[in-house]
Amino acid sequence: MLSEFGYGILVVSFIVAVYSVIAAAYGAQTKSLATIESARRAMLLLFPLISLSAAALIYLLVNNHYEVAFVYEVTSRSMPTYLKVTAWWGGQAGSLVFWSWLLALFASAVTIRKWERDIEFLPWVIVVASVTTAFFLGLNVFYENPFTRFWNVPGNVEPHMFAPAGATLFFPEDGRGLNPLLRHPGMVIHPPMLYLGFVAYVIPFAFAIAALVTGRTDDRWIRLTRRWALWAWLFLSFGLVLGGRWAYDVLGWGGYWGWDPVEIAAFMPWLTGTAYLHSVMIQEKRGQLKHWNMILVILTYALVIFGTFLTRSGVLSSVHAFAESAIGPLFFAFIGLTFIISVALLIWRWPLLRGENEMTSMLSREALFLLNNLLFMSVLVVCFWGVIFPLISELFTGQKVTVGPPFYERATAPLFAALMLLMGVAPLSAWGHSTIQTLGRALWKSALVAAIITAALFFTYTQNWIALIAFFLIAFVLLVTVQEFWRGARARQHSQNENFFTALMRLMGRNRRRYGGYIIHISMMLMAIGILGIEVFQTETQGTVASGGELNLSGYTVQYRELASWDDSGAGVNYTRAIVDVYENGIYLGQLTPRIDYYFDSQQNMTIPGQRSTFRDDLYILLVDWQPVSSMGATFKIFVNPLVNWLWIGSIAFFFGVLFAAWPDKDPAEERVHSRRSAKQSQVAG
Amino acid sequence: MFESWKVKMNHQSRPTLHASRNTQHATRIAYLVLFLALLFASFSSASAQSSAPTDDEVNAIARQLYCPVCESTPLDVCPTDACKEWREQIRTLLAEGKTEEEIFEYFEQQYGARVLAEPPREGFFWLMYLIPPVIILAGVVILFRSMSDWRKKPAPVEVEADEIPAAKDDYLARMEEELKKQK
Repeated sequence: MLSEFGYGILVVSFIVAVYSVIAAAYGAQTKSLATIESARRAMLLLFPLISLSAAALIYLLVNNHYEVAFVYEVTSRSMPTYLKVTAWWGGQAGSLVFWSWLLALFASAVTIRKWERDIEFLPWVIVVASVTTAFFLGLNVFYENPFTRFWNVPGNVEPHMFAPAGATLFFPEDGRGLNPLLRHPGMVIHPPMLYLGFVAYVIPFAFAIAALVTGRTDDRWIRLTRRWALWAWLFLSFGLVLGGRWAYDVLGWGGYWGWDPVEIAAFMPWLTGTAYLHSVMIQEKRGQLKHWNMILVILTYALVIFGTFLTRSGVLSSVHAFAESAIGPLFFAFIGLTFIISVALLIWRWPLLRGENEMTSMLSREALFLLNNLLFMSVLVVCFWGVIFPLISELFTGQKVTVGPPFYERATAPLFAALMLLMGVAPLSAWGHSTIQTLGRALWKSALVAAIITAALFFTYTQNWIALIAFFLIAFVLLVTVQEFWRGARARQHSQNENFFTALMRLMGRNRRRYGGYIIHISMMLMAIGILGIEVFQTETQGTVASGGELNLSGYTVQYRELASWDDSGAGVNYTRAIVDVYENGIYLGQLTPRIDYYFDSQQNMTIPGQRSTFRDDLYILLVDWQPVSSMGATFKIFVNPLVNWLWIGSIAFFFGVLFAAWPDKDPAEERVHSRRSAKQSQVAG
Repeated sequence: MFESWKVKMNHQSRPTLHASRNTQHATRIAYLVLFLALLFASFSSASAQSSAPTDDEVNAIARQLYCPVCESTPLDVCPTDACKEWREQIRTLLAEGKTEEEIFEYFEQQYGARVLAEPPREGFFWLMYLIPPVIILAGVVILFRSMSDWRKKPAPVEVEADEIPAAKDDYLARMEEELKKQK
């Protein structure tokens, strides 16, 4: 009963979404306000509708309705309730509903705002948001129905939405259960974060398209969606970091990022999104790069859908799986169509988007931002090509190939280094005009101190030249950025007669975007320290030892004490846990307990490392294997990951930096007036 | 010599460590191969290693290989039984005194180019390495040409940002009014 209800609501939602597209487009064409309003209300109806359908699905998930195929696939009786709820996005069909639900939520939030003088954008924003929602709902309604049930047909059990003639419902005893790898708190939050980021990027895209269609191509659409772009970026970044942390904690390979196509799928919209965050500033301040910003938003949207496509269509495992999957070709067609239409609109409006200023200096802030964009795009090219080349190769030569970390690391490392250099130089260059002399005067002190720090590291820590270059760049960016805070606060302290701390707080409060950006730069450098640590300095060893035996690595001694294995039938898990003593240079540090969890329902292992984490390094011990008779010993793999903790510390700082930059101001009316005035000013200046 | 040695893939992780029949079969063949290889090695002047290869030596090579089934998981950390067998295969080859290059070659011959961490630098696969730099270079050229264009050209006629054609203005005003009424 509930299945029919849920599916029925999905069908209704799909019809409402399609109606809202048609009504909005028709209303805009005929300038019929009543029709546009009707489209808006239809759009607003989508969120409660999809929520109802989702509620039905969650009810089925939580109450063990294993006759529903989706529930059978992603839950089992032994799973705790919160995991049964989050299993909603643990499988294909459910995650597509989740996508539509989030998009409906965001689109509603946008459509209930006061439109005032931006009313002409409204119908086209509705069109874009509803087309996207309708596409995802359509996938659910026609191909990936989460409410399909099992039926007893003569001699077989088959999944169908509605009962075949004479069939009765089939009730499996228990479900297959969520993949144990996904039963981790990080994995519970990681997909929603990533999806929030993905979906939120639909909003800036919708406004960009609205601007193109209406021909209102000033930077109004950018101002209206500035916060959306920032929040989308925050969620996407957070999703990426959580994914990394999850990999570090449960995948058992001692790392956080493996250049897996699925990871890159989420990383690509982040690259264009980051480039966009920088280049919009040029349009706002200097009235330039209007074409480019449009291209970036269109690309980001296409990459968001492409990312979902990569992870959902089976295309990554092989082009044949893609051809067999029902939704793969549909996704492909949708990406192609939306991309072609967007580009056609852009070409149509090209003359309207001409820049208002000339580029006066190759070292001006806008020129450096352009270089920054070029570098982000270059990383994107490397990533995109790395992901699709195996597919191209399979298509043309019939041979599959692997594109693994060595390719990406070699290709992107110099690009990231150049980005870091720009991160140090650009904040000190001026809008409009900078010369090598002015820049040199502003930078030489930081560069000198960074060089001294690098020399000190050469004598005390490492002689690896890649690491030394990276440390120099990190120190340089940190010094420049901290100096920016210092100089600003000092200037304000003198002119306003405030104490240093008040001056700093007020300075940051007055220009949240700028100083939020600087906090983000600092946090990025902290993360870079962690990444550098694991990439360059990671050491590992593996060995089999009997009880009492020792393994040594980088000053640590790991002594194997005992091993125990037991069943927890309630949770459906067998635990095998080793206890090891850890010493550093002979000093006892404590015990660690690496273990392997074996899940009966899905017949899968999960390797949980024993970790000891400090600011200097992580000791990361994996139980690889053990002999049934414990006296024979166990095999351990040990990693020492220097500095990796800074990656997580940087992530937290990053989160606060974005929050600081994106937090809504107290009085939005005042902010609007302010932004309008500055828009006028920049036009006058141009 | 190795052509007959095809290990059947078994990708279900099992809790017990009992070797399956396939494994036993493979192991038997492996011993045979090992014996033949040692025989061969003793006649040639190759630098056969005397001590058994350590886990670290095996992992250093396994890290750079990918089995065809476990997508994107390097062989050194892959937990499946099939990958465990592959690692043992590497150990055997190392014990025979094979170099890293020879082991890569062996796996590539057996299972195709996809076992390597990167496509081999040959034929069609060169595209993998050539396309990104070409596109990036094109980007650099486009960027610098448009930058110098911007510098040469006088500023183009400004598009007044807030100005909307009169007909549209009227439309706007009506829309706003309508919306106010509805509130």
